Amino acid sequence: MPWLAVIFLLLLAAGLYGGLYLAPPDYQQGDSYRIIYIHVPSAWMSLFIYVVMAVAGGIGLVWRIKLAEIVAVSSAPVGAGFTFIALVTGSLWGKPMWGTWWVWDARLTSELILLFLYLGVIGLYGAIDDKRTASKAVAILALVGVVNIPIIHYSVEWWNTLHQGPTVTKMDKPSIHVSMLIPLLLMAVAFKFYYLIAMLQRARVELLSRERNAQWVKSMASLGAE
Amino acid sequence: MKPARKQRLILIALMLIGTGFAAGFALKSFNENLMYFFSTTDVIEGKAPKDALFRLGGMVVKGSVERPGDGMTVRFKLTDFSKDVTVEYTGILPDLFREGQGIVAHGRLNGQGVFVAEEVLAKHDENYMPPEVAGSLKTGMNQATGQK
Amino acid sequence: MNWQEFFAMGGYAFYVWTSYAVTLIVLLANIIIPIVRRKQFLRQQALKQKRQGTL
Repeated sequence: MPWLAVIFLLLLAAGLYGGLYLAPPDYQQGDSYRIIYIHVPSAWMSLFIYVVMAVAGGIGLVWRIKLAEIVAVSSAPVGAGFTFIALVTGSLWGKPMWGTWWVWDARLTSELILLFLYLGVIGLYGAIDDKRTASKAVAILALVGVVNIPIIHYSVEWWNTLHQGPTVTKMDKPSIHVSMLIPLLLMAVAFKFYYLIAMLQRARVELLSRERNAQWVKSMASLGAE
Repeated sequence: MKPARKQRLILIALMLIGTGFAAGFALKSFNENLMYFFSTTDVIEGKAPKDALFRLGGMVVKGSVERPGDGMTVRFKLTDFSKDVTVEYTGILPDLFREGQGIVAHGRLNGQGVFVAEEVLAKHDENYMPPEVAGSLKTGMNQATGQK
Repeated sequence: MNWQEFFAMGGYAFYVWTSYAVTLIVLLANIIIPIVRRKQFLRQQALKQKRQGTL
């Protein structure tokens, strides 16, 4: 755990230094484009974590592995956080550049649906007392919601949207200058490490409360209380 | 693999395929509504609504921006590189509005085929580069095409 | 570039720094909440054990 935090902080520091200080302003958007360094990695994470959550949920359903169930439910709050960040920073970027905080185009709307899916998973899990049953219910919801993931990714290509097309994941080559791209990739990797840290923290609590009657949890509690 | 697990796996696979198909058909039938804006060609060909508000997207034609009268009103041509539509707008333009920029305007067509906009949003492209690079790219392209 | 220029963000200070502030708050919250919950849980369990022990 501590070395995960160290790697995360180093990557974050390098990414922020590169993105906010070293990288030049954009030829059209000036300094406002610097929101990209949190907006885009957060949006990527919102999709990535959802896929991890659905796959872990699916594994939990088929093989009844407790660890997979715990990974699935522990991922949801972290994913919801990144989705929220992507939406809010996008809005703060849209206002000065597009001229509006929000539009109901396909990209923005499908990302909002993703937030509701995450909140649905969190709410459903909290509403069912038996956590094994809750895990199953949540896994099914997560798996059904997977259809939204390709829709979010391809929305800018399938339909006319106000949101622009992909920059980094283009087939030929990224249409972003290398001095701007490197900090972006650093931030993306940093956020991956953050996800690991935050998800493991959640998983630890989840495991404790599920195993509340086990001897090791009891001795831990009595030790911690002293 | 145990039969029970295999059964559950098949069940999940079927569920995924089912929801995938359902979503696919739903999106196909709502395709028109998911389009955020009409293109200028749609307007010329009469596919855009006649008496209703709609959104029109395109690129601001270079050299077409003019400010007749009080200065708050802007007139410019929008293009999708095949057909042009004239747009009129009174109000504050977003920071990114400039010639050669993609925009989306919300408004309606008047009797003369001019699109009277109530709102103009800029649509930025997916390119990010420093100003110096953009400058040298432009001169490079102009040299290549023989322009100055 | 001096600090004042850096914080001004070419006139987009409000949008850029609000974005970064929101991100910081959400990321911190997702780390702190589980730590607090874990402590709460252990405290509750310890209390429960004490009560059961005295019975």
